[in-house]
Amino acid sequence: MMSPESTRERWIGRPVKRVEDHRLLTGRGTYIDDHPPVANVHAAAIVRSPHAHARILGYDVSAALAMPGVVGVITGADVAASTKPFGVGVTAPVHYYCAATDKARFVGEPVAVVVAKNRYLAEDAAEAVVVHYEPLPAVVDPERALEPDAPVLHETVGTNLAGNRRLVYGDPDRAFAEAEVVIRERFRFPKYASTPIETYGVIARWDGLDGVLTVWSNFMGPFIMHPLVARVLGLPENRLRFIVPPDIGGSFGIKSSIYPYMALIGLAAMKTGVAVKWIEDRREHLLASSSGTDRVAYRELAARRDGTILGMRYRWIDNVGGYIRSPEPGCSFRPTGNFVGPYAFQHLEVDASVVMTNKSLTGPNRGYACGHLYFETEGMIDRLAATLGMDPVAVRRKNLIPATAFPYRTPTGGLYDSGDYEATLDRALEHADYAGLRRRQVEARAAGRWFGIGVALAVDPSVSNMGYVATALDPQFRAKPEYLPKSGAMDAATVKVDPLGRVTAIMATTPQGQGHQTVVSQIIADELGLRPEDVTVVDEMDTFTRVWSISSGTYSSRFGSVGAGAAALAARKLRAKLVDYAAHLMEVPVEQVEFRDGTARMKGGQGPSYTVKDLAGRAHWNATSMPEGMEQGLQATAVFGFSVAGAVDAQDRVNSSNTYGFIAEVMAVEIDRATAAVTIDKYVTVHDAGTIINPMIAEGQIYGGALHGLGGAMFEELAYDDDGQLLTGTFMDYLVPTASEAPTIDIAHVVSPSPLTPLGSKGLGESSSMTVPAVLANAVSDALAPLGVRITQLPITPSRLWHLIEDAKT
Amino acid sequence: MKPVKFEYHAPATVDEALALLGRYGGEAKILAGGQSLMPLMNFRLSRPAALIDLNRIASLAYIREDDGHLAFGAMTRQRTVEFSPVVAQRLPLLREATRWVGHLPIRSRGTIGGSIAHADPAAEYPAVLTALDGEVRVRGPRGERVLKASDLFVTYLTTRLEPDEILTEVRLPAMPAGAGHAFEEFARRHGDFAIVGIAAMVVRDGGRCRQARLATAGAGPVPVRLRAAEEILERDGLGDRAIEAATARAAELVSPDADIHASADYRRHLTRVLAARALRRAAGPGARRG
Repeated sequence: MMSPESTRERWIGRPVKRVEDHRLLTGRGTYIDDHPPVANVHAAAIVRSPHAHARILGYDVSAALAMPGVVGVITGADVAASTKPFGVGVTAPVHYYCAATDKARFVGEPVAVVVAKNRYLAEDAAEAVVVHYEPLPAVVDPERALEPDAPVLHETVGTNLAGNRRLVYGDPDRAFAEAEVVIRERFRFPKYASTPIETYGVIARWDGLDGVLTVWSNFMGPFIMHPLVARVLGLPENRLRFIVPPDIGGSFGIKSSIYPYMALIGLAAMKTGVAVKWIEDRREHLLASSSGTDRVAYRELAARRDGTILGMRYRWIDNVGGYIRSPEPGCSFRPTGNFVGPYAFQHLEVDASVVMTNKSLTGPNRGYACGHLYFETEGMIDRLAATLGMDPVAVRRKNLIPATAFPYRTPTGGLYDSGDYEATLDRALEHADYAGLRRRQVEARAAGRWFGIGVALAVDPSVSNMGYVATALDPQFRAKPEYLPKSGAMDAATVKVDPLGRVTAIMATTPQGQGHQTVVSQIIADELGLRPEDVTVVDEMDTFTRVWSISSGTYSSRFGSVGAGAAALAARKLRAKLVDYAAHLMEVPVEQVEFRDGTARMKGGQGPSYTVKDLAGRAHWNATSMPEGMEQGLQATAVFGFSVAGAVDAQDRVNSSNTYGFIAEVMAVEIDRATAAVTIDKYVTVHDAGTIINPMIAEGQIYGGALHGLGGAMFEELAYDDDGQLLTGTFMDYLVPTASEAPTIDIAHVVSPSPLTPLGSKGLGESSSMTVPAVLANAVSDALAPLGVRITQLPITPSRLWHLIEDAKT
Repeated sequence: MKPVKFEYHAPATVDEALALLGRYGGEAKILAGGQSLMPLMNFRLSRPAALIDLNRIASLAYIREDDGHLAFGAMTRQRTVEFSPVVAQRLPLLREATRWVGHLPIRSRGTIGGSIAHADPAAEYPAVLTALDGEVRVRGPRGERVLKASDLFVTYLTTRLEPDEILTEVRLPAMPAGAGHAFEEFARRHGDFAIVGIAAMVVRDGGRCRQARLATAGAGPVPVRLRAAEEILERDGLGDRAIEAATARAAELVSPDADIHASADYRRHLTRVLAARALRRAAGPGARRG
């Protein structure tokens, strides 16, 4: 279907320069804070709890209301009276409102909102809001939170355990009984975030006459949050309008969790009657936006002495903070289909506990839960290799799913659509000169230097199946007749041809810097035989005007297959219509007409031909020239939706994502014997993400993903003291890697096109964020193997590493 | 992150600035490069009634050679120091330290006087001032006085300046001809404040060390001059064994605090490691005898 006869090179696969960059690099982007959608916008300042855990006894807002420019103060009492709590992904009765009502459960939790003429006045008045608190003891450690005498955050739940599932696949007990080798380890993964340059922002306007609340925000989706917010605010869905500005300044998962603020600022607009704008500042962002979970993991691995893995046991305690906010407990279950990673073992037990403590709330953060998963799994594989005296590559090779097995059904329900894991691993080893690195290691060790090599592999899931969240629920609960199963991942695109033959594409995605306009213009140019510059791509998601559904949005690396697929399908639909129309004009059967290089012509070359421009002019100016039965006009809307990912089955199996790429990485590090500083000597990352639409954009994603992973591995942690006070509230303490910390990244691709997507593409946006923590930890552990130091906790800071080394020496 | 309401003044002379300071009776803050003060105000951690901006006082930006010293007007930008030929020639230690100060945009605004008056113990300039026995000139309603580096720093972000005084000049003795120097720093990222930094200068006299100077950044609430370690070098020279002994002593002389970036023990260890690296580099090739 892809114009195979084209004589021109396709635009897909070329590093087409991003059309977005002109405006972004010259300061002309339109971000939420640039957005002036309505006149007389007032500013909101949010009053936040200084306590990690406190009962709220009352409010005194009189002083704040009397201050200059203040038009209203909304407190938790208003929130309790005028909104409903959000639905949560577990059956525990957690009441999560858009602001604290009865108790504050983490430092920074919103307790009131001040609306004033401008942000300065609003912040002045926010200081004058008096909240009477009764401080309560706090708990921040997830294991401590499960002890019987720990402070309980939610009295209605009666425990801090928001949910626990024990999932059994195959016969793990037998695998462990038959094992010749059993490896056990405890890991700790840090709480870290996405830290986009642009923080959250919301503008809300209440139109009381029409009963419509319009909310502009840099919300990235999924738009399942639209019906949730409508329900919270008591609005019919078609009276709640979400609009996303054309540019979002980065997200990496975190801007899916802005929706409570959309409700809160919406409520402020409804209560005060003025349009209200709230732009989160950096302090608020670090304090209370969203992050991944910190996790304690107990891992067990059963193997034969030849290195064959028989089974594994995962026991996780995920810390979701003060409330379990949707889509949590995705932290535990989002990778259900790829729990086994790239390995062929069949027996697995997962015991996942999701715990609430007095920390800020969690949610998707690039690689959602996969950074945790592979840090543990890849660490275990290296421990197995060390125990057996095998090379870590050999152990991995022994257990890889073979290339002949695709499409491969995992024991947990995943359907790996395509791949050649061994070839990808080989490519990485070759790029890194693995054998040469091992030789260098021998020399370095002989000279007393600490030089280590890490390997890490990961199945890179993309296009989450909304249905995976139900893994958190008991199968008996899901079996009830009133329970409605959930599944799906779809997007829509509209392509229209203007009277002079230029094309406009209308998308419903929420680009956050990924270059959707560029990519869609490449795809449509190929399908219609045009140049990318002939295609204008309009995004700006608007729930009133775009075709969308609950899975819409740009998250879980879905644009490259779902949005891009919808654009391709819409263009193909339009191309078919152009061919039909041309055949009608030529008065020949459609089978005799072909479409090549933007022109419909008779096969064989004789007779008249019509370019897209010719056809557009005729169709628009002389509409009755179209054949009877053909819809007039030149436009097409298409929906691409996956059908391979259904609801969770009775055995807790679910194809939790729709496509699965693969990553193989090799890293070499040297550790300064005096300072314990880690220097990355070599870093090779090889990806199989199917068809690469724009290699330059793909490379940018890999760079960003790798640095994000480096953050979690070496720099970033939202650290709290025992009283629940955040210790990393500024960029002086919460360290994000910068260009100076970036290693040289050697990238290569292997291409196994997905059979499931119109273009053969898969997601790539999260990529190395999920492997760098694993590969770096493995490299550092390898460097320090002579001392017996093994990394079990991130981030690997020089101070922590020095202490580990000193402890090992004594 | 909006500051509380404040008055803003941009005086043209030091006298005017002093008069304004007096008028606010300790409630005003001096604005130099603003690289630390503005974030503190935006966090509402600093809530001055007024800002007195020195950026319009042209006479406070200069570098002069004067009687064996280099005198820096308080408003001299760090970027100017970095590229000053006279600094490169007479105070190469200061030049090297400047490269560790933040990032280029920070150095373009940040000033030498502001950095020292702010007294962040992890900053580079207070360590250099301490190592080289520099001094600052201060003007106030009672006239002018000079504070020596050793008397200047009290604790974190605190100096002996009175609230009605302005630091107007930083004076550093020019380094002796032939002096070796090094500034070593360890931070988690390029451009961050030091976990530990070491400013070192040595003057060699054949196999002997005529003069040694060592001071820390980040190893306690104030920059620390490591005099007892210097004495070991001045007595025993710059050989490996002397450096070993001196840096072991250096680690005993500091009282670092722990924070989320590093433990106290690690900072103490780094003091020793970085002092050794700085001394070896300052001593130059051929110093590894004995």
